[in-house]
Amino acid sequence: MNKEVIIETKGLDLTFETNDGPVHALKDINLTIGKGEFVSFIGPSGCGKTTLLRVMADLEQPTGGTCMVNSVSPHEARMARAYGYVFQAAGLYPWRTIGGNIKLPLEIMGYSKAEQIERVSKVLELVELDGFEKKFPWQLSGGMQQRASIARALAFDADILLMDEPFGALDEIVRDHLNEQLLALWERTHKTIGFVTHSIPEAVYLSTKIVVMSPRPGRIADIIESTLPKERPLEIRDTPEFIAIAHRVREGLLEGHSNG
Amino acid sequence: MRSFAPVLTVVGAIFVIWYGAAVALNSAWAYDKAKRADVSLSFTEMVADTMVQKKPLLPAPHQVAVEIYKTTVQKKITSKRSLIWHGWITLSATLLGFAMGTGLGILLAVGIVYSRAMDMSVMPWVITSQTIPILAVAPMIIVVLNAVGVSGLLPKAIISMYLSFFPVVVGMVKGLRAPDAMQMDQMRTWNTSKAETFWKLRLPSSMPYLFPSLKIAMAASLVGAIVGELPTGAVAGLGARLLAGSYYGQTIQIWSALISAAILAAILVALIGVLQNITLRRMGMLR
Repeated sequence: MNKEVIIETKGLDLTFETNDGPVHALKDINLTIGKGEFVSFIGPSGCGKTTLLRVMADLEQPTGGTCMVNSVSPHEARMARAYGYVFQAAGLYPWRTIGGNIKLPLEIMGYSKAEQIERVSKVLELVELDGFEKKFPWQLSGGMQQRASIARALAFDADILLMDEPFGALDEIVRDHLNEQLLALWERTHKTIGFVTHSIPEAVYLSTKIVVMSPRPGRIADIIESTLPKERPLEIRDTPEFIAIAHRVREGLLEGHSNG
Repeated sequence: MRSFAPVLTVVGAIFVIWYGAAVALNSAWAYDKAKRADVSLSFTEMVADTMVQKKPLLPAPHQVAVEIYKTTVQKKITSKRSLIWHGWITLSATLLGFAMGTGLGILLAVGIVYSRAMDMSVMPWVITSQTIPILAVAPMIIVVLNAVGVSGLLPKAIISMYLSFFPVVVGMVKGLRAPDAMQMDQMRTWNTSKAETFWKLRLPSSMPYLFPSLKIAMAASLVGAIVGELPTGAVAGLGARLLAGSYYGQTIQIWSALISAAILAAILVALIGVLQNITLRRMGMLR
């Protein structure tokens, strides 16, 4: 694939200094993410998948190697508001309506009032929450809240969407539905997505590229380019092709574990 | 109105205890009078006497109620014998002191949250300030300010401020620190300035913490204003009524000033409660 490179890490290392001595969270991470890719990071807890995403978002500072986002440092990318970040919890402000929550980054970034209103209704429609603009977060279910938080990350012009286990706290039925929606949304918006998960089916279903990670020290065990077509109904999960990829992911996870 | 029955029960119990105590405490004086007049008292006569004494050890509730009625409704509010006049003097100092204390408290809290140096240096002094008995400090504040020509409302308000800033500092420090790491990270991802993080995240997060602090501060402020009126020589205010009453053994006057102060405090705290409900409801934090 000859695509424009959006995120690139070379020999990335990160060691946390803790009271119990240094913790090697990331070791020699080499990864390229092209424009419009959907990249999942999967691995057991402590494998550094969230840390890696946070380095890309300039929320953690690497101790070695380089990371480039949009050909600049993560810090410059953050200053330029190059990405939207979706956390594990929706993190909506209880004192703002859904519309008000989505407006929040727009207010901070200085969009005009008219533009704010227009963008809010656009992204609400994108996540199928039209009509909920005036509701408060507590009036929405967990899945709807998480959709609102995705809408918030989509509201401003960032080509990159970084998601840290956004559906981790939701039940499987809601999760399936949101996964379908997320694919449709990715199709429509052409964003580059980095997605942290610990669910193998989720990773295989969503991704064009799956990064399998293993712990102690956190490192890449395998990078799998998905051969699944772009059009993915939920039933695709029963096809041999899907099962083969899922199997390879599982192998990678096991291997990483026995080595560690 | 389910909540009425328990409230009335408690109020009723208080009245029963109050009347019982009044009979018990005032009976000695009733018997003493009877002995000097060389008459013997039956129980009912004794009880009747304990309810109508001029300077009882403990005035009965209805005596206090009558006194309050006489000194509020039946007096012109410009009269120096009007409890409303005295109450207003105390209230104005309370409100000014409360406003100053709230302002100071919020400013200190912002400083403490944003500056590590202030966190380390100011907080211990804030706590120390509250360990000093206000009764010892109040006369000094009054005398010192009087020496530089400041008297009347302001010295009392300063004492109120001294008592009321503390709960506001403690509550607001907690409230401004209420946003969790994720919410702060979220702000970082949007490259949000410190000022905007304050106005859009920290300050709204602190509101549920601010109001309980304000209630305590308001009550403390009233105590401060009353304490501030004591060393001035009992010129005006509810504190002055308390002091004058104790000079002349006017127990009914003391108790009526006391009950008035309590009613005033209850009204002020209830007003903050209303404000709290309106604010939190408009912020969508009350369901």
